Amino acid sequence: MAAESKLNSKVPAGTLTDKWKTYKSTAPLVSPNNKRRIDVIVVGSGLAGASAAASLGELGYNVKVFTFHDSPRRAHSIAAQGGINAAKNYRNDGDSVYRLFYETIKGGDYRAREGNVHRLAEVSGNIIDQCVAQGVPFAREYGGLLDNRSFGGTQVSRTFYARGQTGQQLLIGAYQALSRQIAAGTVTMYNRHEMQDVVLVDGKARGIIARNLLTGELERHGGHAVVLASGGYGNVFYLSTNAMMCNVTAAWRAHRRGAYFANPCYTQIHPTCIPVSGDYQSKLTLMSESLRNDGRCWVPKKAEDCKKHPNDIPEADRDYYLERRYPAFGNLVPRDIASRAAKMVCDEGRGVGSTGLAVYLDFADAINRLGKDVVEARYGNLFEMYEKIAGENPYERPMRIYPAVHYTMGGLWVDYELMTTVPGLYAAGEANFSDHGANRLGASALMQGLADGYFVLPYTIGSYLSNDIRTGAISTDSPEFEAAEKDVNDRIQRLMGIGGKQSVESFHRRLGKIMWDKCGMARNEQGLKEAIVEIRALRAEYWKDVFVPGSTSEYNPELEKALRVADFMELGELMCMDALDRKESCGGHFREEYQTEEGEALRDDKDFMYAAAWEWKGEDKEQELHKEKLEYEVVKVSQRSYK
Amino acid sequence: MKLTLKIWRQGGKYKGEFVTYQLNDVNEHMSFLEMLDVLNEQLVHQREEPVAFEHDCREGICGTCSLVIDGRAHGPMKGTTTCQVHMRHYKDGDTIVIEPFRARAFPVIKDLVVDRSSFDRIIQSGGYVSVNTGQAQDANNIPIGKDVAGKSFDAAACIGCGACVAACPNASAMLFTSAKISHLALLPQGQVERKQRVLDMVAQMDLEGFGKCSNVTACEAECPKEISVENIARMNREYMAASFTAEKV
Ligand SMILES: Cc1cc2nc3c(=O)[nH]c(=O)nc-3n(C[C@H](O)[C@H](O)[C@H](O)COP(=O)(O)OP(=O)(O)OC[C@H]3O[C@@H](n4cnc5c(N)ncnc54)[C@H](O)[C@@H]3O)c2cc1C
Ligand code: SF4
Ligand code: FES
Repeated sequence: MAAESKLNSKVPAGTLTDKWKTYKSTAPLVSPNNKRRIDVIVVGSGLAGASAAASLGELGYNVKVFTFHDSPRRAHSIAAQGGINAAKNYRNDGDSVYRLFYETIKGGDYRAREGNVHRLAEVSGNIIDQCVAQGVPFAREYGGLLDNRSFGGTQVSRTFYARGQTGQQLLIGAYQALSRQIAAGTVTMYNRHEMQDVVLVDGKARGIIARNLLTGELERHGGHAVVLASGGYGNVFYLSTNAMMCNVTAAWRAHRRGAYFANPCYTQIHPTCIPVSGDYQSKLTLMSESLRNDGRCWVPKKAEDCKKHPNDIPEADRDYYLERRYPAFGNLVPRDIASRAAKMVCDEGRGVGSTGLAVYLDFADAINRLGKDVVEARYGNLFEMYEKIAGENPYERPMRIYPAVHYTMGGLWVDYELMTTVPGLYAAGEANFSDHGANRLGASALMQGLADGYFVLPYTIGSYLSNDIRTGAISTDSPEFEAAEKDVNDRIQRLMGIGGKQSVESFHRRLGKIMWDKCGMARNEQGLKEAIVEIRALRAEYWKDVFVPGSTSEYNPELEKALRVADFMELGELMCMDALDRKESCGGHFREEYQTEEGEALRDDKDFMYAAAWEWKGEDKEQELHKEKLEYEVVKVSQRSYK
Repeated sequence: MKLTLKIWRQGGKYKGEFVTYQLNDVNEHMSFLEMLDVLNEQLVHQREEPVAFEHDCREGICGTCSLVIDGRAHGPMKGTTTCQVHMRHYKDGDTIVIEPFRARAFPVIKDLVVDRSSFDRIIQSGGYVSVNTGQAQDANNIPIGKDVAGKSFDAAACIGCGACVAACPNASAMLFTSAKISHLALLPQGQVERKQRVLDMVAQMDLEGFGKCSNVTACEAECPKEISVENIARMNREYMAASFTAEKV
């Protein structure tokens, strides 16, 4: 059933290092006086959306930005802790654009597109320059210059950070740039507005239907192009490190209108999160990967020691399993590897804590070596956060951690220009699938979101819009807008009309459990097939028995949630389909049937070196798989090794 | 543990009143908001409208959660947002009173949800450095002393939650506004627009209907990010200096 039709990555010809330069110097432009006549809709005000909107506003386009949050500053990007990568080589430790490019491709287990990733590495340095110019208070050394730290999957120090609040500071920078454009009148901000559909006219994206979350009114908004920067879909698992409101609706609605969804099964499970404590749990809290710079992961060698106080277990009875298995990278192996290693020791019965689903992350050595002050300066706020949640003091007792869903590498398929398979519809940031392959390296999401928004999209969207200078304003009175609005309204009425007995939340929890058990850290054919059947049944039950209180014409968070969960259920099924189809293990996708004798992921480059892009074929129809073959012209593809 | 909750309800069938609820099975490891989730599940099961409250990250960084808990913005603990309060700080039989952040410039939308968009407009009035994408020089061309950078960071850590306003008897937004003024005034990047920024932001703050500061310092006490009132003093100095010397060109 696979076809290669329609997928043109549009990576420019030429050597890898020249592609982006050539593209920029030859792309068609829109002259300043014409930009004023062009409307661009941006959905999302996280790092990707805010940076794109601010930059497009500065260029002179009319920009409309939508967010379901009460302020653009609340986007989930705010929660990123650890840092942002850039190939500045300020440490003189051998870093370069090529090395960042190479490590991103390798870290992604050879499932990302070379051209896009090289461009990302090329613009990474500009991001740091831009953010510093905005006043982002990155960490500094005594000489006043910028400081760096290391992150997993690399052997250089290229991560810039702002205490444990890097995402916050970067987002505030982008939010301030956006605020400046709002004040200048180039950007109109629509807070508390949730996009419910994209509208296609003559096959092109020409606007959206948004729901005003305060009044419940459906609004039509026209534009010459639409950018989705709506974030990731990790909350399909219910429990994740994502903020509670993160959802897939914008991307999923676009998918149903013709945008292919790529690699949905590539999910990143982050190795260091605070373990689940009870069934009332609403979300999981990440402990930044930067902790693995100085923290050592271990479990008891003997299962019978697991209930002992960790400080009573002598050195000789501890298994520092990452250092043992991966001597070259030790505790700094990439996330997918660290997560699976933790699962493996817990599956062997050597997990700790009340549930047995946790490993220790120990700072005793670091405190002895560096002193408590230094450890506190580096990680103070993370330690505090841990203590608030877990009620234990990590200076005295090792942290308990366990992997949790964190990031989604999959997303809307985009070409080199970040355009989806729908002309004029773009996807940026975590919402697209582009740069991280099957596994993302730490501190690279912030880099990618800002690269897309500040330095890529403003160029690429111009070449599309250069054909629209005579189009004139997009009318929202067309039959297409009318039909799309009616679809949204019908769906809302249908949900409100069910009047069943079960809460939206309870369905979401059940979906999450299916996904975590059968499409989580390890997957197999039988489990995935069962999951598909279970999700279909759950979805049918949802549309018969969910109860949404309140009315449609007021502020109604339950209704918002109901619409999002409905989309998660459709996505969950596609994730399982994709995981079933990919009969290999790579990066975050681990199929139990495909592993080496030592339990490492076993890729199958002959049959699966492609991005899987799924096409929506209609309600209750199988989606069609399209394959974008990945060609490696520069990097030599090899088995990933961190030993 | 068993708890009694007295919650402010406003909108729909409620005119603006406290409604009392009982919860019988609260686990001490739950977060405060998870406790409210349990209440809302219970209400949905009784086909009642759940209590509207705002939240998102649930880890103390997005600034979305609010709530005045037993008279204190963000609850009983110092340096903590509502979403980070855990039930282990309460005991069986407690009664907890929950209200929205109240201020003229923060109108109530529903129940515990208020409109804080006035904060956005304060930032829009000047809380930025005017640099377009692509105009930046190399980052290390601007060395900044570690302590200056640290001070600026302390102010930049504000999450825009509005607890300072809710805690202030005058509903003043001085702490929030001064945090942004300080963040940028301390950095070399913020110098060019320094004077105009403080004049414009203070003007916008007044326009939004926030009250005057009378040095109560309840804002600092309740601020979850422990933003210091020193920032207010700095803003006042900046404002005085700018009023005398700024030139509109
Ligand atoms: C706890 C945590 C820590 C992290 N730490 C790091 C780190 O240290 N380094 C790193 O590189 N990465 C990190 N990440 C990943 C990174 O933060 C995210 O991938 C990135 O911020 C996503 O940015 P974004 O702009 O794509 O989306 P988001 O920031 O999620 O923004 C999405 C925006 O879209 C809006 N939106 C969505 N749907 C709709 C709709 N239907 N209608 C209207 N608006 C909509 C939202 O309101 C929001 O404004 C971390 C992630 C988590 C969960
Ligand atoms: S100053 Fe403190 S209390 Fe006020 S908005 Fe900022 S973080 Fe919240
Ligand atoms: S929910 Fe984000 S700060 Fe409380």
